[in-house]
Amino acid sequence: MDEDAGSMQRVFNSGAGAIVTKSIGLKPRDGYANPTLVELEHGLLNAMGLPNPGIDLFIDELKKLKNSNISIIGSIFGSNVYEFVKLSEKMQQCKVDALELNMSCPHAKGYGLEIGSDPKLVKEITSKVKKSVEIPVFVKLSPNLTNIVEIAQSAETGNADAIVAINTLKAMKIDIELKMPVLSNKIGGYSGNAIKPIGIRCVYEISKNVDIPVIGVGGITTGEDAIEYFMAGASAIQIGSGIYYRGIDIFKTICDEIEIWMKKHRYNDLSAIIGVAHL
Amino acid sequence: MNYPKISKIIKTTKETYNVKTIMFDYPGLVTPGQFFMLWIPSIDEIPMSISYTEKDIKGITFKKVGDATKALFELKEGEKIGIRGPYGNGFKIEGKNILLVAGGTGIAMIAPVAEEIVNKKISATIILGAKNKDELFFENRLKKSDIKMFVTTDDGSKGFKGLATDFAKDLISKNKFDSVLTCGPELMMKKLFEICSDISFQASLERYMKCGIGLCGQCCVGNGLRVCLEGPVFDKKMLINIKDFGVFKRDAAGKKIKF
Repeated sequence: MDEDAGSMQRVFNSGAGAIVTKSIGLKPRDGYANPTLVELEHGLLNAMGLPNPGIDLFIDELKKLKNSNISIIGSIFGSNVYEFVKLSEKMQQCKVDALELNMSCPHAKGYGLEIGSDPKLVKEITSKVKKSVEIPVFVKLSPNLTNIVEIAQSAETGNADAIVAINTLKAMKIDIELKMPVLSNKIGGYSGNAIKPIGIRCVYEISKNVDIPVIGVGGITTGEDAIEYFMAGASAIQIGSGIYYRGIDIFKTICDEIEIWMKKHRYNDLSAIIGVAHL
Repeated sequence: MNYPKISKIIKTTKETYNVKTIMFDYPGLVTPGQFFMLWIPSIDEIPMSISYTEKDIKGITFKKVGDATKALFELKEGEKIGIRGPYGNGFKIEGKNILLVAGGTGIAMIAPVAEEIVNKKISATIILGAKNKDELFFENRLKKSDIKMFVTTDDGSKGFKGLATDFAKDLISKNKFDSVLTCGPELMMKKLFEICSDISFQASLERYMKCGIGLCGQCCVGNGLRVCLEGPVFDKKMLINIKDFGVFKRDAAGKKIKF
């Protein structure tokens, strides 16, 4: 979802506090051939291949929402500093509320993780983007790293306003009848409930070691999953695959479940549980 | 689980010079109007409307149009394909006198709908529209059902010469239909939608699909309606709010393409 105005509006109407757009690049990209997504026993495996209409056409979608009150986080991917800066400026012109730099897509050559695994590059891109825009800048990181904390600190040194963790885990499914990988790209990113403990660990480690907020993502399908992320140190959460497991109303549902949990445990203020597991 | 089940092709039938039916084992219930995601190994995975909906054996009928369907066209009995689904909602069969309008390969999806209507002892009329007689298929199949059938061809090589919509307009004005169900080129369906302003109406839309399970957003129309999940069949109430209907679709990158 979130590649066109209509679906962004719908997700917002379903109770999301803000929308993270599909990751947008400078030029239109078809993405990979199908199969691009399969369901596995404990999660979803995808290699969409960063399909997007390109920033210039995507701007038309954003313009349709300019009179709405939807908070939009523009997700962008580039292969170098120049592309990230150019995309950030264009997103800012469209009045998005914040930027998310995708430095973590695990299966697109020359993009995503290939950039997000180099601490110097992460710092350089983040800091150049920060200098060229006024809106908050988030950096989305990959769990497919030996040391995610080091990369998070690089983003912090580059003046990132928040860290988003985690993107999908690099994974593969081989069909044993056909004796070949199912995804056309062979390697994809694993999401859904199975990756939640990994996301929790990453958020916990990062939030302990940086002074900027962390946005938690990875396998959240219930209000209790969200609470767990908050306790690990997340100040906000993102939901993607959860739409598959609980339908598009998951945003409203999870908000209700968080409220119920808080009432039951006599909390009035969500900020009281953020990072509580660190103590 | 939404994972392709690997199945061997049991039978292939050439319906016309460029339309073929492929049958395979795939037990389970299907509502006519639903579709499968069909994996042609090493080539692609594409949405395919279901043309045969028997309990154990299912079939798809398709035209050679792109790389995937060309590869599918060449597959022989015994070769393996992957199938997941059925997906989408299918047609709702309501009313006592139903008109079906199928254009081009839309006939593939409408045929099992027509048979289901007849099985329910509901009065049915069907218009099969094709460019010419060589593009027409399932005429003999549908003759076996107790259904009033009309054929239209653009060039007049068979049946009424002209557009299926012109024929439908005339038929609707002379009969009392409770409901019109259609599948075919989108501009044909849009025209029919306008003709059916005071009759219950359902149309099956086709969009580029990737995941098939409502996650990727590739096939979204209107205000975030997912053709793979909330469609592919939409009724009048929904179509009124789908501004893209008959205007544009999107390619793999999400760029708009006008009809």
